[in-house]
Amino acid sequence: MTDQPDTSAEETEAAAPASAAERGSRSIGNLFRTAEIDTRLLGMIGALIVIWIAFNIMSGGTFLTARNLWNLTVQTSVVAIMATGMVLIIVTRNIDLSVGSMLAAIGMAMALLQAEILPDIFGIGHPMIWIVSLAAGIAMGAAIGGLQGAIVAYVGVPSFIVTLGGLLVWRGVAWWMASGRTIAPMDGTFQVFGGGSRGTIGGTWTWIIGIAACVGIVVLLVSRRRQRIKFGFQPRPMWAEIGLGAVACAVVLGAVAVINSYPMPELLARKYAEENGLAWPEGGLIIPQGLAAPVLIAIVVAIVMQFVATRTRYGRYVYAIGGNPEAANLAGIKSRWTIVKTFMLLGVLIAIAAAVQIARLNAATSGMGQLAELYVIAAAVIGGTSLSGGVGTIPGAVLGALVMQSLVSGMVLMGVEAPLQDVVVGIVLIAAVALDSFYQRKAV
Amino acid sequence: MTQETIQQTPLVEMNNIRVAFGGVHAVDDVSVNLFPGEVVALVGGNGAGKTTLIKTLSGAHKADSGQIRIDGEDVTIDNPRDAKALGIETIYQTLALAENIDAAGNMFLGRELRSRWGTLDDAAMESETRKVMTRLNPNFHNFKVPVNSLSGGQRQSIAIAKSVYYNARIIIMDEPTAALGPAETAQVGELIKQLKAEGIGIFLISHDIHDVFDLADRISVVLQGKLVGTVNKDDVTMDDVLGMIIIGKLPSEVTETEREQLHG
Repeated sequence: MTDQPDTSAEETEAAAPASAAERGSRSIGNLFRTAEIDTRLLGMIGALIVIWIAFNIMSGGTFLTARNLWNLTVQTSVVAIMATGMVLIIVTRNIDLSVGSMLAAIGMAMALLQAEILPDIFGIGHPMIWIVSLAAGIAMGAAIGGLQGAIVAYVGVPSFIVTLGGLLVWRGVAWWMASGRTIAPMDGTFQVFGGGSRGTIGGTWTWIIGIAACVGIVVLLVSRRRQRIKFGFQPRPMWAEIGLGAVACAVVLGAVAVINSYPMPELLARKYAEENGLAWPEGGLIIPQGLAAPVLIAIVVAIVMQFVATRTRYGRYVYAIGGNPEAANLAGIKSRWTIVKTFMLLGVLIAIAAAVQIARLNAATSGMGQLAELYVIAAAVIGGTSLSGGVGTIPGAVLGALVMQSLVSGMVLMGVEAPLQDVVVGIVLIAAVALDSFYQRKAV
Repeated sequence: MTQETIQQTPLVEMNNIRVAFGGVHAVDDVSVNLFPGEVVALVGGNGAGKTTLIKTLSGAHKADSGQIRIDGEDVTIDNPRDAKALGIETIYQTLALAENIDAAGNMFLGRELRSRWGTLDDAAMESETRKVMTRLNPNFHNFKVPVNSLSGGQRQSIAIAKSVYYNARIIIMDEPTAALGPAETAQVGELIKQLKAEGIGIFLISHDIHDVFDLADRISVVLQGKLVGTVNKDDVTMDDVLGMIIIGKLPSEVTETEREQLHG
């Protein structure tokens, strides 16, 4: 087949940096492509920065404070955890509308276990209580997801219908489990998941994690480079490798610095000082809280999900099914089972999110997580996931969640009323997709 | 074909294959065979049942009844994995590529190379893909982009590379040149000759009677799900084959009036 070598993409990939520079027409887009940076992700980061700066100006400097940013990360976590799973669901050309109801049902089950059932068996405060509740919640998430996924994949009912049914069913189940009562309080250890007074890891550990992340980034870049050289491919230009590593590390360490500059509230700090036998100095103690547990969980979930999506066979199959279901079948992929697994995976993530949610609230109600499905879908879609399937990334979904939460949190700071917040989020959702389809058309 | 090849065991024997969709017999008691190093063309009008027949060999569709033998041994082909395990590779008319995945990802779809930790070894897959592509299409360089941004010829070469890479013994090509320009079509022809020389048996489904006469050794004609007959290319003319496709009769059975109608 005699094809003219395609110019744009190919040249930038193969051309040495020197020759790329010589061509003169070195646009910023070209620069990023040579460095192999996802320009779309970069655009989202740009949008996020614009939103942050705009809110900071409009709110008179209260948005970009350590306190607000710390809270923002915690509030984003629940949606971000679930959005990473929703991406894969949407990539396989499915949808899950039952997310919020599942969150309520699983949360309620975990709450009942630890507040009413398990203490009678193990005794109050026994470590088995949080372990069994969490394990049961995760098993329940996988089971519900698996059931819905099996109906979608094997029975052939469209996922929209199955999960629309699920939206009604699991909300009803959540109510029925406790006849609509609010279940509280949660087990003491379990509350750590919520990032409350005991749910932060402290300044030192936050730095340790930050530094470990930097080491991880460098190791990853070096191993990728070695791998490419081993197979004789053109590696990224050195300036791009170093620049990318430096920027990534700077962002991580900067984030750690911001998080650590938000100290414990005075009340908690006093308690901490008492517990640790510290003297209470004049003017108070500045003790950094560090990363909150929900944020840590969300980060771990995002890393694991990114690994699953891009480095495993299963992840490859998910994208193949979304790209061309027929091709996936003909390649011998067990598409149906892959779809069931994807629903189970989202179910597990919903259980994790439910654990964070009930721990944060220190209670479970049957009304929890209302409209969560829509926020989760919106986060995935704002993050570049295409509802026609095949396209979507985990970092995109996490950023999408962050963009949406930034909007909400900024409007709260500015005293915008709740209904108006919904109006804005709705418009942003549509605008994000419209912008995206506009660029898609331009790109083709 | 020489006396020698006729005495060999056929590479593939498909005997009395039947496939019905509802009440319609898409394939009705069809038997075809294929010898090593031979190209057998399957021709017939739209909906004649060529693709359905061949899908029972590639594992994409189960036959309702009938028997498939490879090297003279009965085999069961329930899905594409079974077919691949028997050395049967298929190039579909639609190419069956995952549009959002790059060339290497498509080459190894369902058979990914993995590192010792069980993760995808993208570099190794890309390296292998580059090796095959230098042989098939030296001008191919777009290894990093999703295949939906490639041209028809480039996509075709990935689909072909996929079947060649796995040392297939039997290759099924469903309209391999339908989407291609003249130069690319010629190249596919060259490739088919090369594969033949390596002893690979090829089932070629094609609408293009000229392609068929260029490439095939034998021609099997199907009409309304039934086999009209199988002829040696050297024994017939294009008109004979057209007669089989349209009237459904072997050249010897066609009457004078029918012959005139065909030409009228």
